[in-house]
Amino acid sequence: MSGFNGYIQLVYVLVAAMFVVGLHLMNSPATARRGNQVAQGGMVIAVVATLVLLIHAGTVTATGWVVLIVGSLLGSAVGLWAARTVQMTAMPQLVSAFNAVGGGAAALVAVYGYYEAEARVTGVLGTTSVFTVLDVLIGSVTFSGSIVAAGKLQGVIPGQPIIFKGARLVNLGLAVVAVGTAAFMFSTASLPALLIVVLASLAFGVLMVLPIGGADMPVVISLLNAFTGTAVAMAGFVIGNWALIVAGALVGASGSILTKLMADAMNRSLANIILGGFGTGDSAGAVEAAADAHVRSIAADDAAIQLAYASKVIIVPGYGLAAAQAQHGVAELATTLEERGIEVSYAIHPVAGRMPGHMNVLLAEANVPYPQLKEMDEINPEFARADVALVIGANDVTNPAARRPGNDISGMPILDVDQAKAIIVVKRSMGTGYAGMENELYFDPKTSMFFADAKKAMTELTAAVKTLVG
Amino acid sequence: MSTALLTDLTIFILALLVGIEVIGKVPATLHTPLMSATNAIHGIVLVGALLIGLTAHNAVGYVIAFIAAFFAGANVVGGYVVTGRMLKMFRRKPAQAPEQPELAAANGHKGLKGLVSRMSRTES
Repeated sequence: MSGFNGYIQLVYVLVAAMFVVGLHLMNSPATARRGNQVAQGGMVIAVVATLVLLIHAGTVTATGWVVLIVGSLLGSAVGLWAARTVQMTAMPQLVSAFNAVGGGAAALVAVYGYYEAEARVTGVLGTTSVFTVLDVLIGSVTFSGSIVAAGKLQGVIPGQPIIFKGARLVNLGLAVVAVGTAAFMFSTASLPALLIVVLASLAFGVLMVLPIGGADMPVVISLLNAFTGTAVAMAGFVIGNWALIVAGALVGASGSILTKLMADAMNRSLANIILGGFGTGDSAGAVEAAADAHVRSIAADDAAIQLAYASKVIIVPGYGLAAAQAQHGVAELATTLEERGIEVSYAIHPVAGRMPGHMNVLLAEANVPYPQLKEMDEINPEFARADVALVIGANDVTNPAARRPGNDISGMPILDVDQAKAIIVVKRSMGTGYAGMENELYFDPKTSMFFADAKKAMTELTAAVKTLVG
Repeated sequence: MSTALLTDLTIFILALLVGIEVIGKVPATLHTPLMSATNAIHGIVLVGALLIGLTAHNAVGYVIAFIAAFFAGANVVGGYVVTGRMLKMFRRKPAQAPEQPELAAANGHKGLKGLVSRMSRTES
């Protein structure tokens, strides 16, 4: 390594350290913004160092410069536009799209490395190939898989699991082709073989995500995030760059941790989710409200009385809340209650949204202060002290049946809503959740059902509380 | 196994362990910004995309370099901006002037959900 390149490599080490520090600062909402800025600073330094390296090397052609500059500026503009205009409810799609482009770029780095090495007299080195092949495999799967995931989340592709006859067999075939061709490349350098790997991986990515239902998206996004990280790390091996290796490893670790958290929170193994099963679409079954004798229905006024005379209220939001765009309404109701001196907090289940932590962002956007957002383990002991638990658009994660063995959700971590002194459930109908089973909570004598659209319900409740207390 | 490869592998493994340690401490509240921040961080692949320029001297090279730079540029800038936008919303206390609820809804939401929210708005 020549002196100059050594210095540049040192700068990359600094950049890697800044990424670690930046992520470390994300351990609290108070310092998280600074963390993002530190990581951002690292990125700027990395890009500047790379430009210096390119200028110093002097081998970039005029066309090359135009291509690089126009390409990255155009990309940046698109990224900036997307980041500025995206709705918070659409965050999972955007993250998925960024996974796609990241994975795609990583795959292209390896593809080019291979193409360039193959053109040389010395040919492709065996050791390089391992990482090249892994990068191309993982990067391509991430690219197409993330696009499909984003499409499903955006509603462009139906959210229901899409399964066709023999899909599994086709998928297996694609995997065999991709891995087999990749293995062949270790012994024989061949550009067409690389293209086969790319195409087979792309097709595999599509078929991997298509059968996965909308409710399982938090796991899928996390997994694809881990894939992207790994692909970038592999790209780092290919071009011998530590910044890429470290950054990729960090993202890989992060994605893996989140994948495990999400899968645990849904009580499903990763294999079960990937191999497809009962994960369903976004729309909860629109079953008509059954006139069941055991279910107690309640009107806005009565619900408001319960809320207004409570001293501690815990709000349990689910995805139904976001689907009904009721975040702001909930926040308004909570403020009204707080003005009366009522202690209000939010119980957030890990899979309450469409990606890890999604519900927290939606509520933060509605101006809910983050100290009120409580994680499952933190809030569960508090339910026993709550006068009212207000469940909005959450279903399976509140079902006490999970504590008993022998049903679909047995063992799933749930919010102990049934421990509260009274429970109000805001729901459009008696339709079942993703697991497709009745929620025993609704038949609890302490529970009253308020059948309404979440957004409308919040407006009515707030108004009722206000009239009630003047 | 070459020394360079051994060094790279060592760095990779250590970075993985550091990642697990650091990420494990991030509270669930911040998991979405965390994910978009890591999104931005894997945008470091932009460096790899730029380095293609070193040896790209024909059409194939230029096309690959262009697409890679485009993808990575979108990844980096978009990731950081959206993370910043989200983190700005996390407040310890409610802000003085809360955002109008209608404002966010008015931006619309695709399809049926948007229709429902629009309908409920006209009702109120």
